[in-house]
Amino acid sequence: MSAPDKTPHAGRYIAIAIAILALIAVPYAITESYYVNIASQILLYAIFAIGINVLVGYAGLVSLGHAGLFGIAAYIVAYLLAAGHGHVFAIVAALAIGLAATACFAALALRATGISFIMITLALGEIIWGVAYRWISLTNGDNGISVAARPAPFGFSLASAKGFYDATLIVFLLAVMAVTIFVRSPLGAALCGTRDQPRRMRALGYHVWMIRFWAFMLSGLLTSVAGILFVYYNQFISPQALALTASAEGLLMVISGGAGTLLGPIVGAALLVIVKNVVSAYVTRWNFMLGATFVAIVVFMPEGLVPGAVRLARSALKAGARQKTQSPLAVTKR
Amino acid sequence: MTFWLLLTVNSVTFGGLLFLLSAGFSLIFGLMRIPNLTHGSMFMVGAYLGTTFLSGALGFKLNFWLAAILAAVEVAILGGLMERLLLRRLAGQPLAQVLVTLGVSFMVADLCLMGWGGDPISVGTPPGLAGFVRWGGAAFPLYRMAVIAIAVVFAAALWIMLDRTRLGAMIRAGVDDPQMARVVGIRVSQLFTIVFALGAGLAGFAGMIGGPILSVYPGLDQDMLPLALVVVILGGTGSLLGSFVGSIIIGFIYNFGQALLPELAYFILFLPMVLVLLLRPQGLFGGQII
Amino acid sequence: MSRKFMSGKVSRRAVLAGTAVGAAAALGRFPTPAIADTEPFRLGLLTVKTGPLAQGGIQMEQGVLTYLKEKNYTIGGRKVDFISADTGGNPAGTKTKAQELVERDKVDVILGPLAAFELYAISDYIKEQKTPTLSLAAADNLTQRTPNPYLLRASATSSQAMQPMGHYAATELKLKRVVTVTEDFAFGYEQMGGFQAAFAKDGGCVVNKLWPPLSTPDYTPYVAQISDCDGVCQGFAGSNPLRFMKAYAGAGLKYPVVTGETGGDDALLKNFGEEAIGLIGCCPYTIDLETEANHRFIDGMIKNYDSIPGQYAALLYVNCQVVDAALKATGGDASDKDKFMAALKAVNLTDTPRGPLKFDHLNNVIGTFYIRRVQTEGAKYGLKVWNKTIKTYENVSQFWTWPEAEFLAHPVYSRDYPPLTKC
Repeated sequence: MSAPDKTPHAGRYIAIAIAILALIAVPYAITESYYVNIASQILLYAIFAIGINVLVGYAGLVSLGHAGLFGIAAYIVAYLLAAGHGHVFAIVAALAIGLAATACFAALALRATGISFIMITLALGEIIWGVAYRWISLTNGDNGISVAARPAPFGFSLASAKGFYDATLIVFLLAVMAVTIFVRSPLGAALCGTRDQPRRMRALGYHVWMIRFWAFMLSGLLTSVAGILFVYYNQFISPQALALTASAEGLLMVISGGAGTLLGPIVGAALLVIVKNVVSAYVTRWNFMLGATFVAIVVFMPEGLVPGAVRLARSALKAGARQKTQSPLAVTKR
Repeated sequence: MTFWLLLTVNSVTFGGLLFLLSAGFSLIFGLMRIPNLTHGSMFMVGAYLGTTFLSGALGFKLNFWLAAILAAVEVAILGGLMERLLLRRLAGQPLAQVLVTLGVSFMVADLCLMGWGGDPISVGTPPGLAGFVRWGGAAFPLYRMAVIAIAVVFAAALWIMLDRTRLGAMIRAGVDDPQMARVVGIRVSQLFTIVFALGAGLAGFAGMIGGPILSVYPGLDQDMLPLALVVVILGGTGSLLGSFVGSIIIGFIYNFGQALLPELAYFILFLPMVLVLLLRPQGLFGGQII
Repeated sequence: MSRKFMSGKVSRRAVLAGTAVGAAAALGRFPTPAIADTEPFRLGLLTVKTGPLAQGGIQMEQGVLTYLKEKNYTIGGRKVDFISADTGGNPAGTKTKAQELVERDKVDVILGPLAAFELYAISDYIKEQKTPTLSLAAADNLTQRTPNPYLLRASATSSQAMQPMGHYAATELKLKRVVTVTEDFAFGYEQMGGFQAAFAKDGGCVVNKLWPPLSTPDYTPYVAQISDCDGVCQGFAGSNPLRFMKAYAGAGLKYPVVTGETGGDDALLKNFGEEAIGLIGCCPYTIDLETEANHRFIDGMIKNYDSIPGQYAALLYVNCQVVDAALKATGGDASDKDKFMAALKAVNLTDTPRGPLKFDHLNNVIGTFYIRRVQTEGAKYGLKVWNKTIKTYENVSQFWTWPEAEFLAHPVYSRDYPPLTKC
């Protein structure tokens, strides 16, 4: 499921190094702060999508409630900052409470799989949204909570577009690393096993529930991190960030980019953020375009943009190498 | 007293409307395992098309019922096309199905906004049903009574179709065991198209029937889809009886919940669903198609 | 290409839009902000053109364009570059679009946004950037207890129209006991708070407050709770008034219904039927105001968009007039944002589609508010029902008749303030 093993290792490391350098170079190549901000948004939503992907892609559990977890962490930060606490305390508390909430989500939702899992997560997400919306004394209702200032860790201010981008990039790289390590660990392999053959895994003595639970926790951690970045980025949180639409968008990022791949959610996040924020400035009917893009992805690359592109590139290479139209068979492996 | 009567009648009416919407959703899911997230869009498109036939904007003017039927037929054709062109190739790929049905629902919502503008459109009550029935000092809108009757007629018709006809037998076989159905020579592919079109048509019809109560406005799809989901999960996917009972239950929970526990308005629909999912994940009538 | 490029010459944006890849813009080679009167004046609009809020948002854009077309894209002696941004109706989108307008497009003024939560999401940002913003969003506190010096509101606060309505309901309709019903969000709370406070001031009493969620397909469960009263006040927005009035009539209720600016909006007239007859509302704009400015506006809307305008279009048109007047006052110079903001605040117009208006020291409008009744008589422009003005309140401030200090001493209107009292 992870990146293709045929690629020579040296080549891959070079590719990764180039990608990281390119990401670091973004704020220097693009001086316009508006576009740097868009890049920050792509990274923070990519973290969100990577978190959802842990469940959707590797555990085969589709969640429509992650915006609730995203929102819990964001609200905790906003609330504690508004109450006069420091950034460190707010962030640590948000992560802790975010994880506790994730554990509750997992305990309830993991009683089921398939469509029931989707519906339980959806319902839980809606309930969190309802609380944010109605517990006005705590959340200020739909008027939301503003965050006065971004933090300045080690005297390094995040107030500017570039400062915030750099910090988000560091967190993003850590998140990608964490997920890479997780996927390659025995736990990650076991998780993929529970996705494909839950019964066999159980017969082999694996504690399927527990494996899924830890995957859910990692997913919740990444989602909370994204929520914290979101609230610092926007310096504002209101219940709309927790709505079902937000969960659905996160899921769409994962699926459109390619579930169960490392790069897929990142590409998907970029697609959504760019269409919503940049393309919408030029195309009035951007919602239509977004829908049409999803349909086109499904028609041409039902496995998602990243695996689809890999497949197309490979078959093009093969066709070029053999000059024979041989096997379009290896196409649908999932 | 009037308060209770009014709410009871309204619960049943709303339940009837939900049944028309969710019966198709349930059949589609039960037979084809497709979470059809365009179902709310079908409802909305049916309503928009119906109002257009009603208004005479196309140069001809239909009465309410003809408009509803014609809208249902058109939505059924759209549904059939969608099944043939898009969903067909995605069997067994739930993620791709989610992506494509959500994608289509985005497109439909935007097309409706383009075609009919953002203004809400009010649908007139069909002549003859505009009045009230007086009963025990309370006045009940005739049209709401008619909606109940329509829902019951459709439930009966669907039941007969499933229980007595060849098509129904094929659908039941398909829901029970799709592979076996294929083995015994049922043309599952054709069956899928028919069921999808039927489900879409029902949703479109429901949209127009709901028009005089709900009006038509952008966002109607988003308002209705979760209700259909909740009904189907509660009743059990693929079960006609489940959709019917689930619709009525949700109709009551929705009406009485909002009236008696307005503080819980946001949870009232989801709490019973979570409870059912935790205690009886297959739904109240899961596994029983009729 | 949705963007409107309206200056006489081809603008940078038009060129950009033509180059398929927006990345060209990323290179950041823009002309430096230049001499005031040769560069076009850059007018930004934050609106909603997709999703459920689109009805109001599209009207907002039409209102602005009607004004610009009427003035041939020249205001205060300068050509106008108009840039319209679709926020999608959510706070995060609004923030990004505000950044786009301010940082990328370098607009001189922002018009909009539509919804209160959108305005809250960008309030700190526009203060930081010092970008004069003429908001339609009605969030009370941003011109009251937590004012924003770069915000100007030529429309109304949420409670501003409901306060005269409360007075009228108590003194002219002689209502005593009213049930209020409106959406469960801040705009609803502030409207009903205003109604309740003003209604109680003249001897009325609110006996029950109902708050249906924003997306409620069927209002009957709420209508069923209306009893033990002699009138109803609804504060719905968007398409909801239409559906509420249907459910209300459908349940056979006959108590008189009063409403605020959105609940009886003129844009709803073409969709209202029998069920709305007799609805009495208060609005900062009225379609039946027989003035030259209003005729010009309505004719423009019909000519350009074949649309019967409501208050969203009208108030954005008025916002453009305010910007135009301020720009004239500064001789076309908007480069100094503080000076321009001061000029905006000092605007005092007599002939707008909503009648005369000026601003208080917290940047909120003081203007005329109209009590209208929905009826069939006198309908114009091919409509079947009509809003007929039956009383006019002049120089209405956001504080109604209370002294400012007394008004600001109580908490902002909310779900629980003012509280229900026994009566």
